[in-house]
Amino acid sequence: MRVALFATCFNDTMWPETPRAVVTILERLGCTVEFPLEQTCCGQMLTNTGYAREAVGLVERFADVFEPYDAVVAPSGSCVGSVRHQHAGVARDCGRPDLALRASAGAGKVHELSEFLVDVLGVTDVGAAFPHRVTYHPTCHSLRMLRVGDKPLQLLRAVRGIDLVELPGAEECCGFGGTFALKNADTSVAMGSDKAAHVRATGAEVLVAGDNSCLAHVGGLLDRQRAGVRVMHLAEVLASTEVDRAQSHEPGATGRGQR
Amino acid sequence: MSATFVGMPAFPTAAREALGNAQQRRNLRHATHTIRDKRARVVAEVDDWEELRVAGAAIKDHVLTHLDTYLEQLEESLTRAGATVHWASDAAEANRIVVDLVRATGSQEVVKVKSMATQEIELNEALEAAGIDAWETDLAELIVQLGHDRPSHILVPAIHRNRAEIREIFLREMGAVGEPAPAGLTSEPRELAEAARTHLREKFLRAKVAISGANFAVAETGTLVVVESEGNGRMCLTLPETLISVVGIEKVLPTVADLEVMLQLLPRSSTGERMNPYTSMWTGVTPGDGPQDVHVVLLDNGRTSALADDLDRQALRCIRCSACLNVCPVYERVGGHAYGSVYPGPIGAVLNPLIRGTSSAVDKSLPYASSLCGACFDACPVRIQIPDLLVRLRTRVVDEKRGGLPSGEEIAMKGMAWVLGDADRLERAQKGSELGGRLLRRRTSLGRLPGPLSAWTDARDAPTPPEETFRTWWKRERG
Repeated sequence: MRVALFATCFNDTMWPETPRAVVTILERLGCTVEFPLEQTCCGQMLTNTGYAREAVGLVERFADVFEPYDAVVAPSGSCVGSVRHQHAGVARDCGRPDLALRASAGAGKVHELSEFLVDVLGVTDVGAAFPHRVTYHPTCHSLRMLRVGDKPLQLLRAVRGIDLVELPGAEECCGFGGTFALKNADTSVAMGSDKAAHVRATGAEVLVAGDNSCLAHVGGLLDRQRAGVRVMHLAEVLASTEVDRAQSHEPGATGRGQR
Repeated sequence: MSATFVGMPAFPTAAREALGNAQQRRNLRHATHTIRDKRARVVAEVDDWEELRVAGAAIKDHVLTHLDTYLEQLEESLTRAGATVHWASDAAEANRIVVDLVRATGSQEVVKVKSMATQEIELNEALEAAGIDAWETDLAELIVQLGHDRPSHILVPAIHRNRAEIREIFLREMGAVGEPAPAGLTSEPRELAEAARTHLREKFLRAKVAISGANFAVAETGTLVVVESEGNGRMCLTLPETLISVVGIEKVLPTVADLEVMLQLLPRSSTGERMNPYTSMWTGVTPGDGPQDVHVVLLDNGRTSALADDLDRQALRCIRCSACLNVCPVYERVGGHAYGSVYPGPIGAVLNPLIRGTSSAVDKSLPYASSLCGACFDACPVRIQIPDLLVRLRTRVVDEKRGGLPSGEEIAMKGMAWVLGDADRLERAQKGSELGGRLLRRRTSLGRLPGPLSAWTDARDAPTPPEETFRTWWKRERG
């Protein structure tokens, strides 16, 4: 199957380990992965901060770049949520009904990683091994915008050696919220502190989620506390195998340093 | 603390102060989680909850698209039933109508049923200015009034107070305005409720005029509906000679049969009960029984400005259940006062800018007082897409600011849009981040940073950029 990878601007620039892990998983499962180089960003941060007029160009770029593909996969619940749930509305509100139609027509083929693996490929065991104590935070947009349900957990449960522990209050927001983290920093930190406390209470070594932006927020709080808990994208856990582990000093590491 | 919300600062400023109030945070966490869990239990019992939500939304949408027709029908039905209908376009007009009606009775005091509409127009302050005492009779409203405080929740206006604080307020304040609290009062809920009952009973038996709102107004019959838990509302609605009800124009329902849906949705969503203890319905005047002088003030106060837009209009579906407050992670931590309105929480962050406009500091900031987590939509019994409405209001706030000297944010966002508008420009910008990554290669995260970045790093470490972006890796390996 030919799949277009939408890396997302955030992952491309700050967390390349994550889209690399997606390439690893999809190729292991027999997909042909393409990365259209003209892609940039879904425009979510602009849209959610109120800059729809600036975002509409990115909505158009997304349609231009990904229209030729039958399946698009992104390792971010939030960016896929923006494409599927916001793009048509942004186009409509900016007086672009033509683009709104294109955005609506293309929305259904854009998948968050866990949806693509479970729903499209019909796989829950992706052949991963990760012998660590892990807890999983379902990010709000994957949970309540995309309704991925327990698909990420189905994938994690099939990972060899994993010790998956339940996160208390898992479905509560971590407090990241895009520019909310800056505009309402105090409230964001109050929410994140409660999330970090729940994570620490599980005794997990690794906090896993499907969005690196939320992980940067909770991970940033955990790092500041010197909590000794790593954060890791779901894709990186699913990409890990026994072979990687034999070749690396860092347990389960596919990425740099703390990640 | 002032009794009104005039001149409130922007949400982040008020939130910072509220977040520092440890007692209030404890009270709110306990209360919101208790109601949240109760609601989840009773909603899970209903097999067709989703169908009920869809039906509730459809009923409200139908009314809102034919509001003129149903309001005229309501006026006709009410008039036929012996009530007098008044129309108020804004708060000042509504207050003037009510003050004049009370004055005409010769009474110097009124008893009040808990009512969001009268809180919204600050009727108590208008009555006080006219020399008329207004006694709140809902237990939580009484606590707020006696404490010279402001409501912080739609359903439980004193949610920010705990039992010990309520005991102190009763002991300190009740004597000045009527029957004092018993000297040996403890903070046992039973004793606190008994003190309130004794204090209020005197006022119920004396009052000649009552003021209420209404949860629903049925157009075909002219029937008003009040749902409540304590029975104080029933006392106000039946004992006095004159009854004045201030009702938002969006409260109208076409038929009595529509209550079948609404009375399933509202109690389970608001108090987490299968049914509320008291549901009072009255249709104009019943000769020889109950109030003989019945008035209904139909209030616009900005509602029609939200009516014009197809998407904004759904905010007027709101039945004031407060389920969205109870599940909101922002409300849970900050409480209601920071929203600068009697409508706090997610629905307040939408309703206030829609009906008051976005000119004040607090109303401009409210659309941003959300992480857009979506818990509010899931809890809303009439399926209001609160996160979507918040995002559209953010666009409105930004668009209204355009044209002047650009803010730092506007420059940053436009710069970001320019860089992301072209893959080559993005790649050139990424060369900078890769250089940063090489310089910082021994670091895994960054501590405190200067300038605007401090908003992130005051409490959170920041990630360091990688030495190689994904794009660079892909071109090298696969290009």
